[in-house]
Amino acid sequence: MRNLTHPPAPPPQLLAASGITKTYQTPDHSGRLVIDNIDFALAEGEIVAILGKSGSGKSTFLRILAGLTSPSSGVVEYRGQTVTSPAVGIAMVFQTFALFPWLTVLGNVELGLEAQGVPRTERRQRAIAAIDLIGLDGFESAYPKELSGGMRQRVGFARALVVNPDVLLLDEPFSALDVLTAETLRGDISDLWLARRIPTKGIIVVSHNIEEAVEMADRIIIFGSDPATIRADIPVPMARPRDVNSAAFRRLVDEVYTLLTTVPGREGGKRGPRGETIEIGYRVPDVSIQQLVGLLEALVAQPYEGRADLPNLAESEHLTTDDLVVLVESLQLLGFGHVAGGDIEVTPAGRMFAAADLQHRKQIFAEHIRRSLPLVAHIRKVLDERPGHAAPEGRFLAELEDHLSEEEAQRVLETVINFGRYAELFAYDYDRGVLSLENP
Amino acid sequence: MPQRWGVPFIAWPERMRPSAWDGVALPLVIGTLLLIGWASRQMNVPYQPGEALPISLDPSNLPVYGLRTVLRMVLALIVALVFSLAYAAAAAKSQRLEKLLVPILDVLQSVPILGFLSITVTGFVALFPGSLLGYECAAIFAIFTSQAWNMTFSLYQSFSAVPHDLREAARMYHLSAWQSFWQLEVPFAMPQLVWNMMMSVSGGWFFVVASEAISVSNNTVLLPGIGSYISVAIDQRDLSAVIYAILAMLVLILGYDQLLFRPLLAWAQRFKIGEINEEEVEPPWFLVMLQRARIFRLVSFAADTIAAAVSRLTHRVSAGPRMSRPAPPWRGALIDRLWVGALGAVALLALYYIYDFVRVEVGWSEVGYVFFLGALTLTRVIVLIALAALIWVPIGVWIGLRPTLAHRVQPFIQFLAAFPANLFFPLVVSAIVALKLNSEIWLSPLMILGTQWYILFNVIAGTLAMPNDYQLVAGNLGVSRWLWWRRLVLPAIFPAFVTGAVTASGGSWNASIVSEIVKWGDTTLSAHGIGAYIAIETAKGDFPRLALGITVLCLFVLAFNRLLWRRLYSLAEERLRLD
Repeated sequence: MRNLTHPPAPPPQLLAASGITKTYQTPDHSGRLVIDNIDFALAEGEIVAILGKSGSGKSTFLRILAGLTSPSSGVVEYRGQTVTSPAVGIAMVFQTFALFPWLTVLGNVELGLEAQGVPRTERRQRAIAAIDLIGLDGFESAYPKELSGGMRQRVGFARALVVNPDVLLLDEPFSALDVLTAETLRGDISDLWLARRIPTKGIIVVSHNIEEAVEMADRIIIFGSDPATIRADIPVPMARPRDVNSAAFRRLVDEVYTLLTTVPGREGGKRGPRGETIEIGYRVPDVSIQQLVGLLEALVAQPYEGRADLPNLAESEHLTTDDLVVLVESLQLLGFGHVAGGDIEVTPAGRMFAAADLQHRKQIFAEHIRRSLPLVAHIRKVLDERPGHAAPEGRFLAELEDHLSEEEAQRVLETVINFGRYAELFAYDYDRGVLSLENP
Repeated sequence: MPQRWGVPFIAWPERMRPSAWDGVALPLVIGTLLLIGWASRQMNVPYQPGEALPISLDPSNLPVYGLRTVLRMVLALIVALVFSLAYAAAAAKSQRLEKLLVPILDVLQSVPILGFLSITVTGFVALFPGSLLGYECAAIFAIFTSQAWNMTFSLYQSFSAVPHDLREAARMYHLSAWQSFWQLEVPFAMPQLVWNMMMSVSGGWFFVVASEAISVSNNTVLLPGIGSYISVAIDQRDLSAVIYAILAMLVLILGYDQLLFRPLLAWAQRFKIGEINEEEVEPPWFLVMLQRARIFRLVSFAADTIAAAVSRLTHRVSAGPRMSRPAPPWRGALIDRLWVGALGAVALLALYYIYDFVRVEVGWSEVGYVFFLGALTLTRVIVLIALAALIWVPIGVWIGLRPTLAHRVQPFIQFLAAFPANLFFPLVVSAIVALKLNSEIWLSPLMILGTQWYILFNVIAGTLAMPNDYQLVAGNLGVSRWLWWRRLVLPAIFPAFVTGAVTASGGSWNASIVSEIVKWGDTTLSAHGIGAYIAIETAKGDFPRLALGITVLCLFVLAFNRLLWRRLYSLAEERLRLD
């Protein structure tokens, strides 16, 4: 319903969000901001990809758009109507497929129609049509557990498409699939979209895969985290089908990699790899020390010799984008690496660490985490000052929960305890839940 | 059979055409309907208190008695199912109700089941004066209490654990609350519910037998059934009748096992989330029949159609914009506070009432005495569980290490657990009488006669679940004997053992009411304990003392669970989980 009195109109907006914020209640009632004032619009005929590191609030934002979660402030509008609950016309595909295991493929696809009260015969016809469209014919009577991951996600797409949605929300739909399966399915969905064989008018895809985003999207939105904000909104003007090996494609991938792993710094205080001030509640990335050491060793060796292109590194070391982002963030955080122009460069400290023997590595690691992670320094200080040189973990958890969700606080403390144990800065007794300076 | 789903009404008649299985199914269905009709009419016969119901020891009566017993069980199960669905849904959906309903359930769970019978029978009799229906209701209620709590807990836990993504999918695709209850929550809860239901029924046979002979105010009412049959047999010291009763029960439980337990368990498999289990066993014959016989398809088609109509109706009611803006937080907090305040006030009032009741009706010295009796029974429970563990853990591990043997004996053990141990009491008691043994000691084993199987069963399951790698490692490192038990087997089976021991001890507390005081003809044997106290006060109809006994028993069970089992449970969860 376009208003004809305003002729040269931009493509009409399907879905628009303005001033979205989301705050979670914390135990001390101060509230923790996870999404900060996001404005966003999806135009007709557009595919938008949302990228961001894991835990950056992109899934929460998608759920707000879907009407599954209500924002703390701000409004989502679908075709001019405020969205407060899942709207007819918006469908979602889930990372985990979210199929009902006790229903057959047909039953799952019919579910949405059944809920809308579509009569049995019509329901069945439409479901069969959707199943055929997505390439599942022959599997109508199969149960999801009989299918492979790729086939299951096809059911997820059929279930979404059968209700003829205007807007399709995809929550990392390919990330639970292996690379080949993901590529095939992504290609099939893109083909359906390009050939206009589905009535969908706009797609939002949350992704953690940079190449996937550059390949699919007309526009890429990059989320910054803690709290989530829009850091960049990059148009992708390339014609389809896109050549993943073209110079333009590679350049864009590099650009996005750099954006995801760095940011121009703010002033003052200790700063993380993204330039943000690091405090006790800093979300220490969920990284394994073994992987970190392995990556450093690879980086200083042939063929990189201390400097590597990030997309290349991900490919040759078989790392997912998420893993790489986390590893690179940690390297920068510890002062072992530095990112610029889509490349990572090992610092002198990093080289020293890689060259050292096991005991010496631990010393260097200890030095660096005490310097760069305020939480580690804080724990060590408390333990040093306490008469028995021991403190319950609950104490630090409570401090962390002022800044992070309960779950996230638990995870951060676990990661830091792991760091501390490796560096032999402090010990931890799992049974009693006590941190101490004892040497076990 | 190729099914073209696109043209359903051409496909239906094919699926509905009779199959050979209908030859078995049809008489079965009609016969069952007729029997239920007959037996339910028998429930509502005129009856005046004091009147003696003729129970004949002629074994030809046993089929009829067996049917009456089964009918009670089935009715109780249906009521328990409806109750647990409603209660668990309420507790899982409303945080305010949850705060009240879950602790209540926890307490109800520790009230001895036969205590419910003693307390409620007068009320039910008053409800249907001049009819046997009151007594029937009391018996059914007691059986209901042996099943409902367990099922409700299972449902509540499942409802709270429905995966988040499935919930989101249900909302995203606009399922109404009613639709997502039946399409998502109930199916998700199904495997666990069916398992708990079947365990409850297994445990329920004990209480059916115990609740058919109702002693109230010096008057024993014998409801026609196997339990009454055996109670008359005890009165008349008729050992052969006891044997007949045991055989009849054997047939009943075999039927229940084949016709209900196994088919339901196999059917519930399809609601399991996750991959297909590779070692799938052969489907039980009765399930195959249900699935093949067309008559049941007709029934399930009709049920589907009705369900669809209901769901369309509810959808129309709940359609349209559903979610309103959440109420301001202060309002929710205020209502929360009022709610907690109201609950607290009611609890205080109840506490005062109880205090007054005890002071006026029984006196404090009696309370002390009952606590002493409780301690005696507690000692018995602990000693018996320890003894049972000493016997069954090595045997269970030995069986569990031999998987083929284990799979073969498991059905037998399930069967033993379902068999009402009280049917065997007369055999043991006549032996005690004949050998003139000390009843304080020798009556005790009766408490664990029926429940020890849970320990064995769980130990076998725990050993089976132990990864084979562990054993290979132990063998490789030369870990043997005591070290093998201490470092490998005992930690590995600990969680399973705790589960079994919790069930066994719960059952033993319940059994104490019927096993601390037993009869054989005119001879009454009794041991000091809280179970005997409750049984005696029930027979005397002394309501205040009965209430006191049940309350104290309840406190003992609660304290025992909190102080021992829950701790062991969380220890097992935290430290010794195999994953």
